[in-house]
Amino acid sequence: MTTIVRDKKYRDKQKRKDNLISIFIGFFALVWIFPILWTVWTSLRPYNDIISYGVFSWPKNLNFDNYFNAFRQMGLTRYFLNTLYVTVPAVLLTLFLGSLIAFVVSRYSFKFNLSLLLLFTAGNMLPIVLTYIPVFWLYIKIGDLFGNRSLLYNNYLGIILVHVAFQVGFATFVLSSYMKTVPKEISESAIVDGASVFRHYWNVMLPLLRPPLAALGVLMSCWIYNDFFWALILMSQDSKRPVTSALRQLQGEYVTDFNLLAAGAVIVAAPTVILFFVLRKQFVSGLTLGSTKG
Amino acid sequence: MKTAAANKKIRSRRTLSKNDRFTLAAFIGIPTLMQIIFLWLPALITIVLSFTYWNGINVGDIKWAGIANYKNIFFGTPVFYEALKNNAIWLLWFTFIATPLGILLAYQIDRKIKGHKLYETVFYIPVVLSLAIIGIIWNFMFQPGGFIQGIMGRDIGNAISIWGNYDINTYVIMGVASWRHIGYIMLLYLAGLKSVDSSLREASAIDGATEWQTFRKIVLPAMRPVNIIIVVITIIESLRAFDLVYIIYGTSTAWPLLNILVFQNFAGQGISMKGAAYAVILLVLCVGPILLYLRAVFKEDLK
Repeated sequence: MTTIVRDKKYRDKQKRKDNLISIFIGFFALVWIFPILWTVWTSLRPYNDIISYGVFSWPKNLNFDNYFNAFRQMGLTRYFLNTLYVTVPAVLLTLFLGSLIAFVVSRYSFKFNLSLLLLFTAGNMLPIVLTYIPVFWLYIKIGDLFGNRSLLYNNYLGIILVHVAFQVGFATFVLSSYMKTVPKEISESAIVDGASVFRHYWNVMLPLLRPPLAALGVLMSCWIYNDFFWALILMSQDSKRPVTSALRQLQGEYVTDFNLLAAGAVIVAAPTVILFFVLRKQFVSGLTLGSTKG
Repeated sequence: MKTAAANKKIRSRRTLSKNDRFTLAAFIGIPTLMQIIFLWLPALITIVLSFTYWNGINVGDIKWAGIANYKNIFFGTPVFYEALKNNAIWLLWFTFIATPLGILLAYQIDRKIKGHKLYETVFYIPVVLSLAIIGIIWNFMFQPGGFIQGIMGRDIGNAISIWGNYDINTYVIMGVASWRHIGYIMLLYLAGLKSVDSSLREASAIDGATEWQTFRKIVLPAMRPVNIIIVVITIIESLRAFDLVYIIYGTSTAWPLLNILVFQNFAGQGISMKGAAYAVILLVLCVGPILLYLRAVFKEDLK
C-alpha cells in the first residue's frame, strides 16, 4: 500500500518535471530548426521585396519563382547529374569492395586478418589532407602514362576512386562486425556442399548482408553527396562538378540575390533530407552499427 | 575427437582449390591495393615530402630540407600557434559544451518525454546537410540583410560584419559547429541507450536516487563502449575541423585552424611543403585518439 502511494507520488512529480524538460527542449529545438525555416522563407520571397521593404517586412509576394529560376539560371540539372555519376558508382563500389574484405576476414582465419581490418579501419580515420598533394600528382602522372591527362584528373572516375578509398574502411568495419554475428554453420554447410569461394560469397553471404548493406548505402550516399571538397581539388572544369561544389561556387556568383541562392540551397538540401525521412531506420542503424559495436 | 577436428581442418584447407585460392587473393588484393595506392601511399609520401622543399610540379625539383619546414613552423610562424589555439578552443568547446549537451539530449529523448520523436528529427536534420549548404544557411542569419542583422535593427545599408568581428566570431563559429555536432552525438548516444536496461533506471529512481545519481551511477558505466567512441569522435572532429571555417573564410587565416594552414600551403599562392609538415603535425595529434579507438573497437580480437 505504502509503496503504491509512494510510486504514485513519485510518478506525479516526475511527470511535472518531464513536462518542464519537454518545454525546455522544445524551445531549444525551435532555435535549432529556425535557420532552416528562415532559409525556406527567404527562398519564397522575391529579392526586390527585401530591398524595398526590409528583412522583416510582411510579404507582398510569396511564390516558387526563385525555385524555377534557380534551376534555369544556375543550371542545377546538369550538376545534379554530375553528382549522380559520382555518388552511385562510388557507393556501389565501396559496398562491393568492403563486403569482399569483410567476407574473407570473418569467414577464413588467416593470420593477417586483424592487420587487414586495422589497416582499413585506421585508414578511414586518417586526416584526409595528408593525401591531397600526392593524389593530385598521382592522378596527373597516371593520366600522362596512358597518354590522357584527364583519365583520372578532371574526371568522374578520379573522384569516385578517392571516395571509395576513403569510405571502404568504414564499410569493411561495419560489414565485418555484422558478419561475425552470422552463424558459422551456414558457411560450413556451404563449404561441405562444395560451393566455390565465389559462390559462398555471392549466393550465401551477400543475401544475408542486405540489412547492413542497405544501411551503409543510405549513409554513404548521403556522405558522398554532401562532399564538395574533392571536386574542388580534382575537377578543373566547373561544368563537371557535383551539385554541392557548384552551390559553393554559385554562392559567390549570386551573392547579391540571396533569395535565389536560398532556393538553390533548399533544392540541393532536399535529396538528403528526404532520404533521411524516408529511410530513417537505415540511416540510424548505419551509423550505430559502426559505432556502438564495442 | 582430436584427430577428427584436425582432419576437418586439413580437409577444409584442401578444399581450397586453385580457383578458390585465386578468388580469395583477388578478394583481398583488389580492395587492399586500392586502399594502399589511394590512401596509405599518399599519406606516406606526404610525410616524406614534409622534409623537403618542393613546388609540387616537377619531381626533379624536390630538394631535401631536413627539418627546416618544421623549424619554420615552430619558430617562424606565429599563425601556427593561433591555429593550435583555435583547435584547442574547438576541442574544449566540444568536450565541455557540445558533446555533453548531445548526451543530455539523448538521455532526455530516450526517456520518451513529450514530443521526443519530433525533437529527435529536428536535432538530427543538420547532420544530413552538406557543409556547403550549412554555410549558406548561416549566412542568411549573419550576413547583411540576414535575420540577426534584422533583429539588431540593421538593414542592408548599415549592416555590421559578424564574421569579421574578432570579439565574437569565435563564439559564432562554435555555435554553428555545435549545430551539427550535437545532433550527431545525440544520435550515437541514443542508439547506445536503447541497450541499457530501463528497469535498472526505474529501480534506482524509486529507491530515491536523484536523476543525476542515476545517470552517473547506472547509465554512464553501462555506456562505456559508446563513451569511448564519443570521446574519440569529439577529439578527432576537433582536430580535423576544417570545412565550416573554409566555407566562411576560404583559405585566408582570419580564423586559422591546422587544417586551414595545410590547405593554404597546398592551394592558392603556390604550393609549399610546409603544408605537408602541417599535415604531419595534424597526423601526430590524431594518432593517439585513433589508437584509442582501434583498441576500444577491436578489444576482443586483439586478445
